[in-house]
Order: sequence, then structure tokens, then C-alpha cells
Amino acid sequence: MDKKKVRDVNDNSDMELDKVSRFFGTVIALKDITFEVFRGKITCLLGDNGAGKSTLIKILSGVHKPSEGDMLINGEKVILDSPRSALDQGIATVYQDLALVPLMSIGRNFFMGREPVKKIWPFRFYNKDFANRVAKEEMAKIGINIRSAEQAVGTLSGGERQSLAIARAIYFAKNILIFDEPTAALGVKQSGIVLKLIKHAKEKNLGVVFITHNSYHAYEVGDYFYILNRGRTVGNYTRKDMNREKLFNLMAGSKMAS
Amino acid sequence: MKEDNKVVSKGNQKDERIKKISFFRSLLSRPEFGALSGAILVFIFFGFIAGKSGMFSALGIVNFLEVSAQLGIIAVAACLLMIGGEFDLSVGSMIGFAGICIAIPVTIWGWPVWLAIVFAFSVAVCVGYVNGVLVITTKLPSFVVTLAMLFILRGLAISLTRLITGRTQIYIDRTVVEADPLAWLFGGKVLVGFFQWLADQGIIAARQDGIPLADGIPMSILWWIVLVVISTVLLVRTKFGNWIFAVGGFQKGAYNVGVPVNRVKIILFIFTACSATLFAIIQVLSSASADTLRGSLKEFEAIIASVIGGTLLTGGYGSTIGSAFGALIFGTVQLGIFYTGIDTDWFKVFLGVMVLIAVIFNNFLRRKATGEK
Repeated sequence: MDKKKVRDVNDNSDMELDKVSRFFGTVIALKDITFEVFRGKITCLLGDNGAGKSTLIKILSGVHKPSEGDMLINGEKVILDSPRSALDQGIATVYQDLALVPLMSIGRNFFMGREPVKKIWPFRFYNKDFANRVAKEEMAKIGINIRSAEQAVGTLSGGERQSLAIARAIYFAKNILIFDEPTAALGVKQSGIVLKLIKHAKEKNLGVVFITHNSYHAYEVGDYFYILNRGRTVGNYTRKDMNREKLFNLMAGSKMAS
Repeated sequence: MKEDNKVVSKGNQKDERIKKISFFRSLLSRPEFGALSGAILVFIFFGFIAGKSGMFSALGIVNFLEVSAQLGIIAVAACLLMIGGEFDLSVGSMIGFAGICIAIPVTIWGWPVWLAIVFAFSVAVCVGYVNGVLVITTKLPSFVVTLAMLFILRGLAISLTRLITGRTQIYIDRTVVEADPLAWLFGGKVLVGFFQWLADQGIIAARQDGIPLADGIPMSILWWIVLVVISTVLLVRTKFGNWIFAVGGFQKGAYNVGVPVNRVKIILFIFTACSATLFAIIQVLSSASADTLRGSLKEFEAIIASVIGGTLLTGGYGSTIGSAFGALIFGTVQLGIFYTGIDTDWFKVFLGVMVLIAVIFNNFLRRKATGEK
């Protein structure tokens, strides 16, 4: 099958995985994956359970290091050894578990790991007012008006939490924004909102990676489609040579193949 | 109520969905509220029962504050570590071990006291580091890892001391301690002149030779206050404080958004071991002796003080001010029972009941905070 790089004429690669493999002991989770993300485009990563989607995402977001192969950002080779260094490269992720702490306030969650500081010599204090204001503003930008950024995340509804995680990732993503199965646990209406947010991120000229096992959601927003199965790339297509049925069949086919 | 409205509308535009929160309700949702009200109750109780027995004389107050302060010092660290989602059961043994780390160099090897203090803190940093690294690399519950360290350190303290000195208690020459440039910082007292003046004025009781019964404020109380203030600022006003809450609240999530989880945990374990060492230095220098058995059960007392102070056993929530009130309740009741003439054996019963009430109350608060039903 088609394992070559495919791209539209004008697109420049923002991030690239070159023949990346990842092994866990004797288990081959990923083998020779070549994957590209383009600025201002949505790259969908599809595959059934166990296809290696999560492992690939963890490599992109710095949780795992690849066992083999290189990662390039804007053409330069980088090594991400933690999510922190991924964030330093402008790669932000909306995790499936959202990575929010229920007992902490919205403002503190929003800036968790990247806290704004106010310098009062010789000390550096956490800038709470700034954090709360920005968290509230950024949530409002994607259409969620929260009562106060001081309230604990535990008191938010599921949809509000998802929005917080997305607003946070959009705020910190300078290059790449990764959505890890953001619609998996949502109803029809909520999924629609999330898909709209994914398009919103694309308009901000970010390279968007959208992981899903829902071919309808993928087709609705995707510019590029990578289909994974059993740790290998099964196919890689641009929107031009893709249609709804083909995508659905590819997904179903990869299911049969397993 | 009017006051509250003003505060809300000043910061940002008033939102009609913000329920007015009364002062009392916002107080109720603070982690340290339970311990604060507990401490007030305890003072009222002993004020009535033991008011005339001398418990609230200058000497009595200094005494129960000193007991509270010593526990409070390790409770601050235990509290931070608990908020960060871990326990350290080796605190008590570390106290005994740190004690001999001072006493042996000073008495046997002839080191100056200040050098022995530096040595003891260096050992503590190593022990805390090992604790932290073991917990991180084995991914075992810190409860188990530090339980092992509890026995290792206590065993080392006893066997090394017996090997080197042939005994398990070491006495230090008081004049050596008093002559040292650094020792007063741990074993000394402040406001000695002020207390003498109070005694001269007849405000506080004095011995027949004019020296007041309470001759100053022990440094341990000062250390306690300083540590509580610093740790509170650290928790609520710094980046690192946010990391502590994040790591204890949801470790994986915190790591995924860039919190250096391992660094936070190792620092907290080091701080805990250092607080135990501070406790040990204060005791060794003020009593001019070290005992390998010192500090037994202190790890549990520190955890109890933190829990009474509103810190969750499961991590991610709490306050070191709360732990200070917890330690204050602990110290006051421990000495108060003695003043009332009640058999001191009852202290443990009281302690158990307090812990039970505190845990149930905290759990209730946590469910309210997270919106759990």
C-alpha cells in the first residue's frame, strides 16, 4: 500500500516523524512510521484499538521516546525527553484523560506546569490574577463563560472540563496541537462543538493532529489521513483522494485485517 | 454581605451566576477551618478545667508551645509531602539517626558543633534523596518504601552508636554547646531580657533568686513559625507550590502538562528528612544529649497533625497552617491533660477520636470541593 509521503503542493511540513519505531520489551508497538504534520492543516490519525495511535501520540507529546527513527520540527532534528520539552517546542496536547486536577482551581489548572510569575526581588511569585484572568478569557474565546476561575475543576461539568483542556492546549500550542480522542466520550452535540474547536485551531495556523476511531468525525474536518493498524502505517492520503466511503472502508478493512 | 459584593464586583464584572458566599461559608471551605475551631475548643476546655493550675502561666504556655513547635516543625514537612501525594514513615527514625550524627562527631571525634550540624543536614539530604529516588524508580507506595527506611535508620542508629560508643545514649558537654557559634540558633532562647524584665516587674513568676521560671522563648517556636509562614507562601504563592498540589492531585496529568514530577517529589522527601534533622538538632542541643530511640512514633504524630489540620490522606489538598493548628491541639492536649490531673493515658484515646473526626470532616469537605455526590 501507499507508504510514500503524500502532500498538497503548497504545504510545508511542520513536524515530521521519520521511520519511527517504538518497542516495549519484545512488543513492537510501532514500526517504521513516517508521519507528517502541516501548519494550518488537520492531520487525522485513525486506527482501531491497539493500532498504536496512543503510542504515536505519546511520542509526539514527549511522554515516550522513540526506540528508532528521528523526529523533526521545521526540518530540524529534535529529541523530546518529557512533555515539558515538547511544550517548550510549542507542542501542546489535549489528553484523553484531560490532565486536569479536580481539586485545583480553573486558573491553576490552566497554567499547571507553565505558571506565570511575578518578580518581587529576590522572589518569584505565582501570578494568580494574571492566571485567573487569562483562563477566564481563553475559556470565553471558545464559548464557555465560567463563573470564576477560582472555582475547583471538580465542580465543572464534563463538557466544561473538556473545553478547559482544549482552551489550555490552544493557548500553549505554538506549533502543533494534538487532540487525543477528544470525541470518544461525548454525545452528538458535544462532539460537534469539539470538531468546531479543532477547526478553530486550524484557523490559528497550527498544525493539528486529530486522533480518532470515528471515520465520520475524521472526514468532517481532516485534510490528511493516516491509517494505522497493528503498529504500521496502512495508508496515507490527502483529502483530494479520499471520500467518506473510502475512509469508512479503510477503517473497516483494517479491522478485518486484524 | 455587602462587603462580599464589593470584592466580587471590583475584580471583574459581576456575574449573576456567582452565588453570594457568606464569610462563614467561605471560612468553612478552608482546609484549616476544622483545626482552627478544634484549637479554640481545646483552649476553652482547658481554660475552664485547668485555668487555675498554672497551665496558662508564662511557663505553662511556653511549655505547651514548645511541645507543639517541635511536632509542628516535622508536621509542616509531612504536610507538604502529603499534599504532594506521598508519606514518609522514616521521619521518627531520622530524628534518632540525625541525633547521633551530631552527638558522635562532637563527643567522640571532637568536631565543633557547627560542623556536626552541617554534617547531620548533609546526611538528611542524602536520606531524603534516597527515599525519593526509591519511591520514583520502584513506583511502589511511599508507605512501604519509607517503612523499610524506618527500620534501616533506627537499626543503623542503634547499632552504629553501640559499635562506636558501646552504649545507646550519648551525653554532650554543655559548655561545648554553649560556646559554639551556631548552636544557639537551634538550642537557644530569645527574648531572655524581655522575660527577665517581665519578672522584675512582677508580671510573670520568678524563682527566689529573681530568674523567671520561663526564661525566654525557645528557638523551636521561632523555627516553627518561620517554617509555617515560608511553607504557606510557597504553597499558595509560588510555582513550586502549584506543582505540589498538581503532583498530589493527579500525578499523571501533572506530568503530561509539563510538571517535573520527580524533582518535586525528591525535593519534598529531602525537606522532610531535613525537618526531622532540625527537630533532632533542637532536641540534642537543648538537652545536651542524644538517644538512639528518640523520635519513635513521631512520623505518625506528624501525619496526625496534618490530617487534623485538614490535609487529605490521598494528597492534593491541605494547608501547612492547618498542620500548625493540628500540632497546637496535639501539644496543648498532651500537656493540658497533665495539668488537669486526669490520667495521661487518656491522651491516646482523645488523639484517636480527634483523628477519626478530622478524617470524616476532611472527606466531607473534599467531596464538596470536587462536587462529588
